Amino acid sequence: MDDKSSSNSYWKANIRIIWICMAIWTTVSYGFGILLRPALSGIKVGGSDLGFWFAQQGSILVFIALIFGYAIYMNKIDREFGVDEN
Amino acid sequence: MDQYTLNLLMVGASFALYIGIAIWSRAGSTAEFYAASQGVHPVTNGMATAADWMSAASFISMAGLIAGVGYANSTYLMGWTGGYVLLALLLAPYLRKFGKFTVPQFIGDRFYSNTARLVGVVCLIIISVTYVIGQMTGAGVAFSRFLEVQVSTGLWIASAVVFAYAVLGGMKGITYTQVAQYVVLIVAYTIPAIFISLQLTGNALPPLGLFGTHTESGLPLLQKLDAVVTDLGFTAYTAQGSMLNMTLFTLSLMIGTAGLPHVIIRFFTVPKVADARWSAGWALVFIALLYLTAPAVGAMARLNIIDTIYPKGTQAESVLYEERADWMKTWEKTGLIKYEDKNGDGRIQLYNDKAAGFAATAEQRGWKGNELTINNDILVLANPEIAQLPGWVIGLIAAGGLAAALSTAAGLLLAISSAISHDLIKCQLKPDISEKGELLAARISMAGAILVATLLGLNPPGFAAQTVALAFGLAAATIFPVLMMGIFSKRMNSAGAIVGMLVGLITTCVYLFTYLGWFFIPGTNLLENVPANYMFGIPPSAFGPIGALLNFAAAYAVSSVTAAPPKDVQDLVESIRVPRGAGSAVAH
Repeated sequence: MDDKSSSNSYWKANIRIIWICMAIWTTVSYGFGILLRPALSGIKVGGSDLGFWFAQQGSILVFIALIFGYAIYMNKIDREFGVDEN
Repeated sequence: MDQYTLNLLMVGASFALYIGIAIWSRAGSTAEFYAASQGVHPVTNGMATAADWMSAASFISMAGLIAGVGYANSTYLMGWTGGYVLLALLLAPYLRKFGKFTVPQFIGDRFYSNTARLVGVVCLIIISVTYVIGQMTGAGVAFSRFLEVQVSTGLWIASAVVFAYAVLGGMKGITYTQVAQYVVLIVAYTIPAIFISLQLTGNALPPLGLFGTHTESGLPLLQKLDAVVTDLGFTAYTAQGSMLNMTLFTLSLMIGTAGLPHVIIRFFTVPKVADARWSAGWALVFIALLYLTAPAVGAMARLNIIDTIYPKGTQAESVLYEERADWMKTWEKTGLIKYEDKNGDGRIQLYNDKAAGFAATAEQRGWKGNELTINNDILVLANPEIAQLPGWVIGLIAAGGLAAALSTAAGLLLAISSAISHDLIKCQLKPDISEKGELLAARISMAGAILVATLLGLNPPGFAAQTVALAFGLAAATIFPVLMMGIFSKRMNSAGAIVGMLVGLITTCVYLFTYLGWFFIPGTNLLENVPANYMFGIPPSAFGPIGALLNFAAAYAVSSVTAAPPKDVQDLVESIRVPRGAGSAVAH
């Protein structure tokens, strides 16, 4: 985070996408799954509520999407900044 | 054919497959022994990582823990999957670019210090041995059931099998064996779940069945479950848990996942940096197949167990002990199910005798205490029997449970042995050791680790998944912070890293040992392991993030008052941040 080299903007773009992903990661698990569950309890999902669904299934599905999303995005900026492996 | 023979056949056939693959791809050189010569496709690697990762804790133990508590134990589900996001975003691509074989190697090079490397080795060994104890516990349960012996005998058999199995191959053998093990374990886990979901909800997909309708009562399954458990004085299945504990424990498991040496090691074996990112995603896809099924297995098994004990409904008389189900008879032999007729009525009463609010109801019904104790760890293995599924499914689940325990134990032992033989002996004590000598040292250290884990596994600090959770706390407090600072902070120096690791390791160990006994030896704990004694109400299993925080804080404090790392180290950090120029990994 204290980088001053030529690849500075590449690294900055990487850190930015990491922050975005981490924010989503926190929201679905700690947010919807745990801390916001009482607030969301009005939304019913098959015999329980949205928070219960996120804690038991929803967050896992979002995690998968996050990792693939990050991989696709990084492959793209690797090429844009000319730091890819090929 | 009786069930015993069928179990032996299923387990025997799966073992023959693994051993066949191990011999076919036997490791010849140290490089192959440690890292499978980087020729592993991301999907293959993802599948092997999933097998490596999903241990006895995930397979045998987790659904049982969820079943017993309900919503509050969703922490295991989120924690053990969410860590892969950290791994994919924060560690895997950079460690692959670094291009060495072991975690202590990275620590030693990045922090230009043999002391740092040594502390890394110590952390790795403590984490991995704790983790192996959990595997041994789980494998012991599985063997005790299908060989119908006492659980301690099962444990010794498990340790002999792990020894024969792990010491034979290395990483290369393990990678392909683990692909086979993944297939065995996922088939074994999902088939009974599909059957049971069909029986209870008519839906062939267990994750949908969980949120579906209970066919018999017409109520949503989760509502039906809430109703029957509260009838017996238990907390409702979907009831709220403690937010602080859930948050800390989930965090501990997530950070711990990203700090587990045997998982990190897997990302050294993919050909490219981009593949390391994909590989983590594929691993999570394969893991999710089991993790999306597990909560359904837990909920449905809980309902089925209560149903076999109260066949006429929870308001009516329970079943007579003489007429109990066959699965209870077979599991009684392992000592993991115990019955005591406290009120002398010859019936089995299963209820929550610790709930003050339920005491009046219990007295009115003539109950004098809960009469049946079921060890959580048997739930998944007993599940097909409870649901009266065909014999081959029961055999299959035994094979699956063993696959899970063995694949993880093998991966852990590999991490331990490479740390000792490579990072400790080869890099520090005896640099001129021959390849043969190094391989021998690796195998001897595996054997030592198995023995220690077995002895401690005889009196494990908890159920398989709980013991494993302790290993995560340790990994969260030590390995994860040091790796992260090594990548994301160019200013972090060796003094900071060493002090940080030691602070994380010592505080977490002391906190665990205070409640669970020194080195997990029963009876040596200073304070009783009850919530009233916990500091700020934090259970030992959820201490990981606190240890990690102390690690980060100490490292930054020490590093800010000591000299910046040398130029070549700063250049190294610079180079691992970009994918270009990643060659294949080298040993030195």
